[in-house]
Amino acid sequence: MSTSKSADSCNDAVTVLHEYLDGELTDQRRNAIITHLDDCSGCFSKFEFEQELRAVVANHCRTTVPDELRAAIIAEIGI
Amino acid sequence: MADQTQFAELAMPLMDTLYSGALRMTRNRSDAEDLLQETYLKAYRAFGSFTDGTNLKAWMYRILTNTYINMYRAKQRRPEQIELVEGEEFYLYHRLSGGDRAVLGRSTEDQILDWVTSAEVVDALDALPDGYREAVLLADVEEFSYKEIAEMLDIPIGTVMSRIHRGRKRLQQLLYEFGSERGLVADQSPSATEVSS
Repeated sequence: MSTSKSADSCNDAVTVLHEYLDGELTDQRRNAIITHLDDCSGCFSKFEFEQELRAVVANHCRTTVPDELRAAIIAEIGI
Repeated sequence: MADQTQFAELAMPLMDTLYSGALRMTRNRSDAEDLLQETYLKAYRAFGSFTDGTNLKAWMYRILTNTYINMYRAKQRRPEQIELVEGEEFYLYHRLSGGDRAVLGRSTEDQILDWVTSAEVVDALDALPDGYREAVLLADVEEFSYKEIAEMLDIPIGTVMSRIHRGRKRLQQLLYEFGSERGLVADQSPSATEVSS
């Protein structure tokens, strides 16, 4: 019994994985997921991986604008 | 209504983030530079219509995205829009980190970067089809809300969600493929199965 109940909570959590990561859940639903993740190391580990992967991708996409381009834009706008 | 003299103070600090976005959308430095210049020029001219106190980064990203779609996508003469199918959830986790693959003391970031190089992370994002690439970029890198992304890309929220979900799953497959292909070419170390037998 407890196994199927737990599998249901895992399925519920995975269903809203993306919305959870994107901060698109209501506080109530978000708290329900956080409670599940506190209790379920399997889901916690997967959710944590997804979150970290996003951070790795984001960090690799950040770059600084070349100085010449910055200067060109400032000159063009005349500010 | 915003005062145009404030434009420099408010918009200049956003230049790095907008340039990063332009680079990943166009995948080409010269186009990214033109796109950023065009975006700043349009934003400066239209700054009077920006409402004080609202999100300037989202407003400027909207100009950037519109300009990109009009200038660069149009050049491609209506490319065939590739539709991604729904991929497997936790694709990369299962292959790199799940079960007995977990390595004590290695952070998730280390596990990912043990598998792919920094350049391959960028290549994988660049390899996502048009439409999906922008959605994943705006969500994962810039952390805009679904509603903001829907407005920027001028598509329904349901489409935004589907593109983000499918795009992320495809990104994980690409990251795995890039790592395996390099491994097949370069791997000279004994495989795990050889060691255990």
